[in-house]
Amino acid sequence: MIGKWLDIGSVNQIEPGTARTLPVQGGEEIAVFRTMNGEFHALVNKCPHKQGPLSQGIVHGNVVTCPLHNWNISLKTGEALGEDKGCVPVIPLKVDAGRIFLLREAVIGPSSAAEAA
Amino acid sequence: MNAPATFDPSAISQREKLVVIGNGMAGCRAVEEILARDPARYDIAIFGAEPRVNYNRIMLSPVLAGEKSFDEIVINDQAWYDDNAITLIAGDPVDHIDRERKTLVTRSGRVEPYDRLIIATGSDPFIIPVPGSTLPGVVTFRDLDDVDKMLAAAQQGGDAVVIGGGLLGLEAAHGLCLQGMKVTVVHLMPTLMERQLDEAAGFLLKAELERRGQTILTGADTEAILEQDGHVAGVRLKDGREIAADIVVMAVGIRPSVSLAKAAGLEVERGIVVNDHMVTSDPAVMAVGECVQHRGACYGLVAPLWDMCRALADEATGAPSGYAGSVTSTKLKVSGIDLFSAGDFSGSDGSEDIVMRDAARGIYKRVVVQGDKLIGAVLYGDTADGNWYFDLLKKGEDISDIREALIFGQAYASGGALADPNAAVAALSDDAEICGCNGVSKGQVVACISGGAHSLDTVRSTCKASASCGSCTGLVESLLALTLGGAVESGPKTLCKCTSFTHDDVRRLILEKALKSIPEAMQELHWTTPEGCASCRPALNYYLLCAWPGEYVDDQKSRFVNERLHANIQKDGTYSVVPRMWGGLTTPDELRAIADAAEKYGARTVKVTGGQRIDLFGIRKEDLPAIWADLNAAGMVSGHAYGKALRTVKTCVGSEWCRFGTQDSTGLGVKIERMTWGSWMPHKFKIAVSGCPRNCAEATIKDFGVVCVDSGYELHVGGNGGIHVRATDFLCKVETEEEALEYCAAFIQLYREQAHYLERTAPWVERVGLDSIKAQLFEAPDTIRQLAARFRISQKYSQIDPWAERAGGERADLHQHIAEVRPLQVENIA
Ligand code: SRM
Ligand SMILES: Cc1cc2nc3c(=O)[nH]c(=O)nc-3n(C[C@H](O)[C@H](O)[C@H](O)COP(=O)(O)OP(=O)(O)OC[C@H]3O[C@@H](n4cnc5c(N)ncnc54)[C@H](O)[C@@H]3O)c2cc1C
Ligand code: SF4
Ligand code: FES
Repeated sequence: MIGKWLDIGSVNQIEPGTARTLPVQGGEEIAVFRTMNGEFHALVNKCPHKQGPLSQGIVHGNVVTCPLHNWNISLKTGEALGEDKGCVPVIPLKVDAGRIFLLREAVIGPSSAAEAA
Repeated sequence: MNAPATFDPSAISQREKLVVIGNGMAGCRAVEEILARDPARYDIAIFGAEPRVNYNRIMLSPVLAGEKSFDEIVINDQAWYDDNAITLIAGDPVDHIDRERKTLVTRSGRVEPYDRLIIATGSDPFIIPVPGSTLPGVVTFRDLDDVDKMLAAAQQGGDAVVIGGGLLGLEAAHGLCLQGMKVTVVHLMPTLMERQLDEAAGFLLKAELERRGQTILTGADTEAILEQDGHVAGVRLKDGREIAADIVVMAVGIRPSVSLAKAAGLEVERGIVVNDHMVTSDPAVMAVGECVQHRGACYGLVAPLWDMCRALADEATGAPSGYAGSVTSTKLKVSGIDLFSAGDFSGSDGSEDIVMRDAARGIYKRVVVQGDKLIGAVLYGDTADGNWYFDLLKKGEDISDIREALIFGQAYASGGALADPNAAVAALSDDAEICGCNGVSKGQVVACISGGAHSLDTVRSTCKASASCGSCTGLVESLLALTLGGAVESGPKTLCKCTSFTHDDVRRLILEKALKSIPEAMQELHWTTPEGCASCRPALNYYLLCAWPGEYVDDQKSRFVNERLHANIQKDGTYSVVPRMWGGLTTPDELRAIADAAEKYGARTVKVTGGQRIDLFGIRKEDLPAIWADLNAAGMVSGHAYGKALRTVKTCVGSEWCRFGTQDSTGLGVKIERMTWGSWMPHKFKIAVSGCPRNCAEATIKDFGVVCVDSGYELHVGGNGGIHVRATDFLCKVETEEEALEYCAAFIQLYREQAHYLERTAPWVERVGLDSIKAQLFEAPDTIRQLAARFRISQKYSQIDPWAERAGGERADLHQHIAEVRPLQVENIA
């Protein structure tokens, strides 16, 4: 049986204050962030402005600054902060026993999730 | 009426039989709470694995430190068990629970029936499964036996390694240090106690522990524990470092102790699952303490246990009340270190940080406010208000009225009129000291303002108040407001919104105060945010790199993507790769290698740049190390087309071929590029050398340009193309190539040391004036030589090809995906 959550690896693979990427075949690449405080967040790796790869931005607090044109995106809600307007999907994430899990349905879409199961 | 045929013990007592597994803090407290409610209700037996009475586990740290004896930390002595008719079976762990028969069996074979069972087995220390982790001399820190082992080791003196820089690890390290051992703490994360402290407080803690003689290694991953003669001898880290050790303490975390419950078939996830009344999936079995999981949470501190024990006792005595979970706070029990944290200080949406730093007194305070509520606090150095904040936080009180003064603490915030910072400053006497660093009183500051200093900056330059550490900036601003009413002039622009200092201030203070890391600079310069922002982090990183060549370790997290990945990001998220072509020269071999790389890695566009070299577009981040390895193999290095760094040195044909050429401009260009490549700068830096005044290399719109003439070399500075074209200013003329090189190095170094981050030479020259630059370069006979020498020293550490390092496997995590998802085989990922 395949569970509801996808195990994508150990927390130690992401240095605090950085992000790593998770390509999804037939879907959107995901950026998994670890803040300096050791919190984890996952977003679709596409800035709401012009699809900049958020995984490559500078992380400060719970915000990532997009590398292309410096929009600030909240890691918690995916929303653009300040004057800018836009939102990128947040992928539900949990950490358990040192592993990072993403909600399967949010990663591969509900229909494929059913198929895969 | 029939008399019982056989002896039945339960017939003697009408009481229900309550059995507790775990003679620790939660187990005994639960019993105390039950006795307080209904002393006659149960017949009680407590089983404990440890061969002793109930003691205060958290005080093991003072026992290790030699500040307390075991007797002093006993909570309930044998008399308590006797007085309350409690049977204590100590030193005989329970091995098995039979829920059907309602009995349990101990290791020695004793069988005990129960009506009601409480599981309070606490936690097990986690042991990282590295080679050598089971050697004698490797200990955990959980019970008195562990402390005895550590004390025995300490008697021999020698080296101790503590793996884990959390609460427990640091208390163990402190104790061993006081016991005379040489202690090294090995911590995986970049900052200590990262779950309780933010980066700033973690940094202060590390500095203080180091001052006390401990060695703190952060970002250090243990690979193996080393052995000699069957005993632990040291620890080897993944980066190859080895640290000698006579004892190794593993304090990397705890796991709820659930094996007994799991084997008995109770519902167990991370901990034993309980409801709000501490009842497990079996109504006859309750559980409490660190072994439980309540509403998804497991706790590792005692405060929640007290609440749990109350709810448990209410339930067990027939008056269920319910437990709703706890908010916890943290303190470290290391004498002389005051540290407090509570709540959520990760910063969420709409939350706002209020930060106060007092470098002179080593204080860092941060409160996190969301809407009109306090949601988190981190205090270092002064924790007097910790409980007050914790109270505001737990009760969710509306703090909007005291918001302005919140960070100053309870005395200040609840002081009525004093809640207005200006009023508080107005109330100060004239001789009250405002600026501790420069010894300036309130009267002097007011006099200085009245004398015409109408901005923070002029106050700083006139009477020096707030010019050093800046911690009194708020006070000076209040005095400006009070003295001038609304007429305060805003000073020059600060570096960013995180600080009240300008770029120049920051650069000066980094040198004056010998600040050597980003967290240290933020603390000493009173940054108003905990981690800085995307503007100040890269600026600080550059300023530190420039100030301390060879010493400062570049912070990759503070670099823009291009500099972190050593390639230019493109609009589609791929990268461009530009290898260096010295002075615009290339060879058939290099061109072949570039052509091969373009094909192999699918470069969709190959373009000659405006900087006289070739750009390969559309390279994937994962392929970067490989394409670099190929280009390296053909002798090429990074062109830094992505960096705030030396970009290109354009040259023209020069005297070797050109009928007008006066000097070997190509050759000089190559020499200049070989001297300057790799250097990090405030902004990008471009150079050109033209062989005659026809200036085919466009030297007069470059940051540094050389125009060759018959009698020597004309040097030009401060030009650029770009948005606002600016032709260079003529700096001077020199006679030899050596001089041209020396002046170039000196000018670059002056720019590196003085310009603001992201300021190119053109705006820099305009801001400070060519005369000032000339004066600095030429006034003293030796300046050129000194500046050039400093540039060469810094180049010793910069001229390492970053591509070669990455191609060699460094920081592979920056280039590789963490995992991949292929929907039809999702079970195979990770
Ligand atoms: C590749 C190249 C265009 C080309 O195909 O010729 C180029 C490409 C970019 N230029 Fe340029 N510039 C290139 C030569 C120039 C030149 C010509 C030169 O160097 O002689 C200029 C005018 C001269 C100058 O800089 O003074 C030039 C003036 C700029 C500017 C404006 C600078 C200014 O001070 O106003 C920017 C914007 C910036 O840096 O902030 C810029 C920024 C950029 C960026 C980095 C835009 C960006 O941030 O992504 C472009 C990156 C493309 C990429 O991914 O590679 N580029 N750019 C040239 C690379 C030269 C090299 O080999 O390294
Ligand atoms: C050195 C140290 C310092 C600490 N400092 C602090 C602090 O400053 N502040 C704070 O809030 N918390 C602190 N803690 C954590 C605190 O001690 C724990 O939260 C608390 O002790 C948990 O209580 P418990 O009853 O759940 O577990 P414990 O106190 O560990 O009790 C569990 C008991 O169950 C016994 N047991 C386990 N399995 C069996 C079995 N099968 N049969 C019989 N008995 C069994 C164990 O031997 C143990 O005695 C510290 C912990 C340590 C080790
Ligand atoms: S001129 Fe503009 S579009 Fe062209 S490379 Fe430079 S920045 Fe990009
Ligand atoms: S694409 Fe992110 S800011 Fe433009």
